[in-house]
Amino acid sequence: MIRVDNISKSFEGKNVLSSISVEFSESKTNLIIGRSGSGKTVLLKCLIGMHEPDEGDIWYDENRFTALDPDQQRTFRQQMGVVFQGGALFDSMNVEQNVRLPMDFFTDWSRGEKRDRVNFCLEKVNLPDVNKLYPAELSGGMKKRVAIARAIALNPRYLFCDEPNSGLDPQTAIVIDKLIREITVDFGITTVINTHDMNSVMEIGDHILFLSEGSKCWEGSSAEILTSGNNILNEFVFASELMKRFK
Amino acid sequence: MRLFRILGLYVMFIRRVFARPEKHGLYFRQVFREIDKLGVASLGIVAVISFFIGMVVIIHMTSSISNPLIPAYYNSFTTRDVLVLEFSSSVLCLILAGKVGSNIASEIGTMKITEQIDALETMGINSAAYLVQPKVIGMMLIIPVLVTLSIFIGLLGGWFIAVVGNMMTSSDYLLGIRFDFHPYKVVYTLIKSVVFAFIITSVSAFHGYHTKGGALEVGRSSTLAVVWSMILILIFNYLITQVMLG
Repeated sequence: MIRVDNISKSFEGKNVLSSISVEFSESKTNLIIGRSGSGKTVLLKCLIGMHEPDEGDIWYDENRFTALDPDQQRTFRQQMGVVFQGGALFDSMNVEQNVRLPMDFFTDWSRGEKRDRVNFCLEKVNLPDVNKLYPAELSGGMKKRVAIARAIALNPRYLFCDEPNSGLDPQTAIVIDKLIREITVDFGITTVINTHDMNSVMEIGDHILFLSEGSKCWEGSSAEILTSGNNILNEFVFASELMKRFK
Repeated sequence: MRLFRILGLYVMFIRRVFARPEKHGLYFRQVFREIDKLGVASLGIVAVISFFIGMVVIIHMTSSISNPLIPAYYNSFTTRDVLVLEFSSSVLCLILAGKVGSNIASEIGTMKITEQIDALETMGINSAAYLVQPKVIGMMLIIPVLVTLSIFIGLLGGWFIAVVGNMMTSSDYLLGIRFDFHPYKVVYTLIKSVVFAFIITSVSAFHGYHTKGGALEVGRSSTLAVVWSMILILIFNYLITQVMLG
């Protein structure tokens, strides 16, 4: 479980997050949604310690993350897996080396054990037999899947995904969404996904936090989102022609 | 004021770079990769430049020192000192600042803007140490080797053109390069090369690591890395020379 207590963040006097409190539960896909510039990425970066909140606290189960110094935070992050928007795979390493890197750093496993774990993670994301390919040889969807495999390499307790299906076609986007959902349930991890894709919201949104202009505007489930009386949320949800017709 | 801010950032960056490695074995292997990628890959350009500079210097010396009262071996003696004292350390490192410095800054800068550095940090890895420490140590080991090779290749180039061009005899040339030899000058030039290696790698990595934006900023970081490396090499060249030979 991740608990966010009243966090605020500003850059050069401009308020980007204002007193946000929320709880993200275990084995659930928690989504942060909102328009571009609403503060989704800043909130996610605060959660993983890439930004330091000006006020408030972030708790990972019983650990007060915001009270840790940068080195302690870095050590704590070994329990996190992060999937970046573009995948952030290391260009100079092949797929196997990319997935193996956290194991090289933080385990004393033998070469064989590492290889088995790499293959397990790649099979989990439906990418067998790509071990020797380099990121430049992969499609957008494959890159995302390798990034997910790398993120789960060390059995993280917390998984963060920054717009995991941006730039993907709708079918591949659904495959990625379902994959994240499956991993979340199978491994019993707390997953936080930053997205503005309404397909993802309807497909995997167990718990949804809607941000508007840096503030928490609405919180609920994917079933509740369609019947909400919140005007700002409705403008966002029913922005597309398809959703208007659906409504 | 901005200069002090950058200096402070640089000092903090260097502290992170030399933090205790998470796993020594990984860093150790990485040092050899960097030696190969940055140092051994520069061997060709070092050899070509040194050979031609050696040839040009001896031509300059024989055409400038044409007094019959001055022995012929003085030409190769001065050529040797030009190569040992300045060219093979300072000028060569200025050239390497362009080649290696821009390579380091653009590599790390691209990693920064494509979130690869953030990915390392979120894994719990000290990205500055993992990416930069092996480069700095690798270059501090290999650049003195390149400088030594450059001296020998430069002297070979000088000998080649002196003999082929009938400027002086081979024995005069060999006598000149051994005449009044002080090993201290070699120590001086090797110390300079180690300092310059540190400047090239750390300054270039610093600019790459602090890149913000897109491809345009990577290019800008790369240019800044080369310019600042060169300026610092010239300043430290003066300071070391003043302290060791002045």
